[in-house]
Amino acid sequence: MKSKPRVELSRPVSDEVRKTTCYMCACRCGIDVHIKDGKIRYIEGNRDHPVNKGVLCAKGSAGIMQHYSPARLRAPLLRTGPRGSGEFKEISWEEALGIATGWLSAVRADDPKKLAFFTGRDQSQSLTGFWAQQFGTPNYAAHGGFCSVNMAAAGIMTIGGAFWEFGAPDWDRTKLFIMFGVAEDHDSNPLKMGIAKIKKNGARFVSVNPVRTGYSAVADNWIGIRPGTDGLLILAVVHELLKARKIDVDYLMRYSNAPWLVIDAPGTSEHGLFARDADGKPLVFETVTERVVPKGTAGARPALSGRYTLEDGRAVTPSFALLADKYLDEKYAPEAVAAETGVAAETIRGLAAEIARAAFDEAIFIEQPWTDMNGERHDGYVGRPVSFHAMRGLSAHSNGFQTARALHMLQVLIGAVDCPGAFRFEPPYPKPLEAHPTPHGKAEHFGSNKPLSGPHLGFPRGPEDLLVDADGKPQRIDKAFSWDAPISAHGLMHMVIANAHAGDPYPIDVLFLYMANMAWNSSMNTAGVIAMLEDKDPATGEYKIPKIIYSDAYASETVAYADLILPDTTYLERHDCISMLDRPISEPDAVQDAIRWPVVEPDRDVRGFQSVMLDLGARLKLPGFVDQRGNSIYKDYADYIVRHERRPGIGPLAGFRGANGDRTGRGAANPDQLKRYIENGSFFSAHIPLEAQFFKHANRNYQDFAVRMGFFDTPQPVTFQLYSETLQKFRLSAEGLREPLAPETHRQRIRDSFDPLPDWYRPFEEAAVERDQFPYHAITQRPAAMYHSWGSMNPWLRQIHTRNPLYVPGPICDRHGLKDGDWVHLISSHGRIKVEIARMDAVNASTIWTWNAIGKRKGAWSLDTDVPEARKGFLMNHLIHELLPPKGDGLRWSNSDPVTGQAAWYDLRVRIEKAEPGETSEPRFPAMAEPGGRRGHPDELRYGQEWAK
Amino acid sequence: MHPALSIIVFTTVSGLGYGLAVALGLGLLDPMATATRVAHVLALGLIAAGLASSTLHLGNPQRAWRAFSQWRSSWLSREGVMAVITFLPLAASAWLALFEGRYVPALGLAGAALSLATVYCTAMIYASLKSVQTWHTPLTPLCYLLFSLAGGFALATMFAAAGGGTVTLPAVLALIFLAAAWAAKLAWRNRMNRLRPISTPETATGLGFIGKVRLFERPHINDNYLTREMGFRVARKHAAKLAMLSLGLGGLVPAALLVGLLAAGPAQGAAVAVALLAVASHATGMLVERWLFFAEARHAVMNYYGG
Amino acid sequence: MTSLPAAQPARKLGLVIDLDVCVGCHACVVSCKEWNTGGYGAALSDQDPYGAEVSGTFLNRVHSFEVIPEGGEIVGEAGEARIVHFPKSCLHCDDAPCVTVCPTGASYKRTEDGIVLVDEDMCIGCGLCAWACPYGAREMDLAAGVMKKCTLCVDRIYNETIQEIDRVPSCVRTCPANARHYGDLADPQSEVSLMVAARGGIDLMPEQGTRPVNKYLPPRPRQALGAGSEQALLAENTDGATGFFAWLDGVLEKL
Repeated sequence: MKSKPRVELSRPVSDEVRKTTCYMCACRCGIDVHIKDGKIRYIEGNRDHPVNKGVLCAKGSAGIMQHYSPARLRAPLLRTGPRGSGEFKEISWEEALGIATGWLSAVRADDPKKLAFFTGRDQSQSLTGFWAQQFGTPNYAAHGGFCSVNMAAAGIMTIGGAFWEFGAPDWDRTKLFIMFGVAEDHDSNPLKMGIAKIKKNGARFVSVNPVRTGYSAVADNWIGIRPGTDGLLILAVVHELLKARKIDVDYLMRYSNAPWLVIDAPGTSEHGLFARDADGKPLVFETVTERVVPKGTAGARPALSGRYTLEDGRAVTPSFALLADKYLDEKYAPEAVAAETGVAAETIRGLAAEIARAAFDEAIFIEQPWTDMNGERHDGYVGRPVSFHAMRGLSAHSNGFQTARALHMLQVLIGAVDCPGAFRFEPPYPKPLEAHPTPHGKAEHFGSNKPLSGPHLGFPRGPEDLLVDADGKPQRIDKAFSWDAPISAHGLMHMVIANAHAGDPYPIDVLFLYMANMAWNSSMNTAGVIAMLEDKDPATGEYKIPKIIYSDAYASETVAYADLILPDTTYLERHDCISMLDRPISEPDAVQDAIRWPVVEPDRDVRGFQSVMLDLGARLKLPGFVDQRGNSIYKDYADYIVRHERRPGIGPLAGFRGANGDRTGRGAANPDQLKRYIENGSFFSAHIPLEAQFFKHANRNYQDFAVRMGFFDTPQPVTFQLYSETLQKFRLSAEGLREPLAPETHRQRIRDSFDPLPDWYRPFEEAAVERDQFPYHAITQRPAAMYHSWGSMNPWLRQIHTRNPLYVPGPICDRHGLKDGDWVHLISSHGRIKVEIARMDAVNASTIWTWNAIGKRKGAWSLDTDVPEARKGFLMNHLIHELLPPKGDGLRWSNSDPVTGQAAWYDLRVRIEKAEPGETSEPRFPAMAEPGGRRGHPDELRYGQEWAK
Repeated sequence: MHPALSIIVFTTVSGLGYGLAVALGLGLLDPMATATRVAHVLALGLIAAGLASSTLHLGNPQRAWRAFSQWRSSWLSREGVMAVITFLPLAASAWLALFEGRYVPALGLAGAALSLATVYCTAMIYASLKSVQTWHTPLTPLCYLLFSLAGGFALATMFAAAGGGTVTLPAVLALIFLAAAWAAKLAWRNRMNRLRPISTPETATGLGFIGKVRLFERPHINDNYLTREMGFRVARKHAAKLAMLSLGLGGLVPAALLVGLLAAGPAQGAAVAVALLAVASHATGMLVERWLFFAEARHAVMNYYGG
Repeated sequence: MTSLPAAQPARKLGLVIDLDVCVGCHACVVSCKEWNTGGYGAALSDQDPYGAEVSGTFLNRVHSFEVIPEGGEIVGEAGEARIVHFPKSCLHCDDAPCVTVCPTGASYKRTEDGIVLVDEDMCIGCGLCAWACPYGAREMDLAAGVMKKCTLCVDRIYNETIQEIDRVPSCVRTCPANARHYGDLADPQSEVSLMVAARGGIDLMPEQGTRPVNKYLPPRPRQALGAGSEQALLAENTDGATGFFAWLDGVLEKL
């Protein structure tokens, strides 16, 4: 029977396609937004886009619902009720900006450090950082401190770049891909595409993660490690590789500091530092002529072992000898670490064998002549096709910095950095530590009505660069770059509210936050933080943190705690620039950046945050924002993107520069630049020539290319720092051997955690609590279909994760008589929650977990107050304190990595107790009102019904 | 399966109506009696009410007429078609009884046969579904037919008593059908309880070659159309109690009443009341039985939903 | 017409889903929703979208199963439970029970390509087809009162207003893990058929006799870590640092 032609097969999809960049997570995929009758009909991945090549994740496709969510803020708001009530009145932008300018100009004149400006989900740090610097407060950072600074700082300090945003696995060539920890939330589409690719190519994918969901579910091998012990596993692998002599000696000699000579002079201020010549150049021992020469001396064949004496009599040893000595110790043997890591010795040995086999037996050679920084010609690129990826899973521990360093060391030992088949840098990385600034924020760096004398964030080279006063007291509100967290390269946003509330190191006047849910899922000890925000000074009746300005697009929990709300647009209504000055979208083979532009116009009285910052900058008459006559330089953010120059010819965007738009990297501002970007799909891509694509850290062709593009003004090659002199300087200070000396209170801690060679120690919380009282770990995983807390206002996404059960390993269920649907108390040394459980077996037997940030507060996000997110959903945050349990030294230490200050989310230890059945998770919080008044929401959605035929 | 009230009422009430129509079609009742005329009207009324109830669960009842078109393949369509065809002889018989006090055997028998065919079609809607293994047996239409007859003849017994006629034949037949119906139903339940599911989470996912499969996370956390429609669960203990209740109300009580009626002999008023009680009890029992028919049935799709 | 096509359709368009790479990201689920809510027939409604009982119509959903190995030969992860993400939409069965039960003729299987569709103008919303389908491929839209199901994006795959390369179902185009493949499963030489043959593609619930067109590629067998590479570590060995440094000196000599 012939079917009737009942279907219209060739209906045009839309009236118009507008290409922009997604912002449903931090991936920055290209999207085609189909517009029909002025509404968004359909969002799909842009096939031509280098990041996602046409694919798009669940969040990206749900952009329609994000854009039209009733939780969008509608107008500037001024608080009318007490903090937390959600009671606000709508005010005009003129009034709002007037109030903000009043508050801020008073602070700037009086004492600029009384402004703390911290940004959360910000992709415009080159602007916000510039603004904060011109304002003059030392208290600025983004959210890296509670995100992944361990990864970033360890990567930069070791190899000149880290994983996501600094580089990517060579998906096409890799033969072994090893992923550590949860990684579903960043770079998610490229990772998924990459995993699919390596599976297709028959390569092996190993996942090291206590929980076997998401990517781990499809891994060829899953290593269900005990949280916080990854570093030990990696060092055991290093032990095995050294023992079996499976290391790339040539690579180490050429590209790492393995041959650099370390001074052996115990008890002196130079013990463990590199021996240097008069120009400060590190020395190596040349084996042919048997003399000490500066590194990089032509023709030199430096020693990697041995003990030598310098002309001045000092004893020295190549750093590699120290390294080999350390890791060949039997304490790193697989058998020795099996119990601590929960990984069988045979698995560790198997992993090492697999790495050795892929790196050396399956080495790649690409014939492509290139020249290294010493001028030596090479016939081609040797590839060690073993690649790695890690993100928060390694990072969010108090030993995360050293663990991330250990992983990078492993990469270097097998010669698998920026070679074919391995992890490869993405421009503008690699970038040596020396090319990063040192931090600014000491008293002499700022003052009334003047800019900060340099960038806030950077890398101290030693204790002398810390932002502390003469007594060693912190200068920043978050205590970044103090003895508490010396190399806190991204600041410590998670400590700001607690410190400001305590007035330690000093009280502040204005807290200015952008897009960070600090009154909910972005803070440890959520209830405590809420109380701090609500707390008043009994003497004055004023809030302890007197003024809070907050900018967000949606009615998040944090909105209710601010005094002044500057409503942001949705990502489809705004200009943005994903900039080479910031965190671009480059690929290993190409220099790339991108923009967003308003593909639909706002239908509310809202403004893009960056344009508001420019407006505020002009109202405050900040240098760089106003001209000599005091008139604002930039009309709005779009204007800034095109015309701002950080250095002559270097602006936020690298593409289509110059009057004719034909210059790349360096060039005059081009008034048509944004138009050109839009025509090009909202991104720009310039290919790196093949002779510059690999070994970028030491490739003359690449370094010249980087200078031409304007990343640097002179070549900036990187020598991989397996042995970190910076860390040793801190240790010398802690040993009382080198000025400035570390305070007594901090010495033990620094001695224990600043090993110049990658090290492993037990995470602090685990070390502090009684292990049998808190026998289990509790961690979160990142669902692929939700980005942090941004998703519950989206009806398509919230249907996937409407609530989050507590997943309890089968053996723990059996031990405690628990089954699906039972309620338990989960108890840490800090607090307890009561939640519903579900059983799971595909998980490390001592690890309890849940999905991150699904739990919502009643009344937030314009949801009904009885939604499952608020009733049964919950946060693990209630169990985690921003401070470690007291350990009897009279001090309370931050629950952070001692090197970087990275929040140690995943150090949590718990016990579990069966509870009475419940209906609502505990702790409970009172409902908040919808900011600006309730406008209600539809009881039914039939999106697109008007297009049905 | 979700026990939808509209469908439970539909199958129970129309079953009763068709059963009564069969008794009328066989000429068991005195065509001259007023009670018989009422019985004709009631039969049609029950059938119509049942059918009306069945449209309540349609998403677009205004298009219900389209359901007559696919009788070649669809039992639901066949049921609709049969209901309409059956209506003709039943209405004609009713007309003759109401206005002429006549019983025409050919017409009556045709009506009876078609009534049974309609009930069969109704039952086959369920019995034809391989996806619901509990229903997928010839015992399903057998139960539907016998329950319809048992209820109908009990009702006929009442009308026979009301019309002053002899109740023996309809009552005895009602007892036979009741016994047969419950025998069939117990066989049906027995089969259900011993059923080995042909589809399991392992066959549903094809992952049985690795091991035991269980749902970890639903695709969407809240219930959806499928879980609301097919995911209904009733506790085994609860179901067993309800099964006893349905057997008591739908079988034992009406049987005892009918036996009592037969034993007590003719006393019109009391007989009507006893028969009415038997019918009411049976109908109530049937509602419970139908509720269980749905509530206990497991749909293959629940293999994907951990049900 | 709800009778199935008398002859086998010349083409059998369908999907092949690779369980070895699906990471359960739900990209296909949402892409399907947004394409189809403004496309073929009535919108895919969501009830109580911002409330407690939020629940909508989806034509494609991703389930997650936990599989605990038992019995069979499990290389490399014996005894270890694993998670398998499992996308599911209409399988466009050859013997589609949902079609034959339809009383109105709204459900039909196309003779030209085997796609099973619902003509919503003829659908009375009786729900019987959803009962007949063992896979849960059909969902009644509560707002429209008509049955919704995967159309294999029939309004994309033949759509001459979009680029040829994009004439694939929305879920296939968007899948970041390349776990979804679309093609003609009647053609033994098609890419999808070759994939099914090579990987041992399977039918879901074959015992239901529905003869699905869509196939699933089971997870590949795993190989234990280190299996086959033991030699990589054993080739040379070092006892302690002294031996290591001796070796190292030797290597440096040769460089």
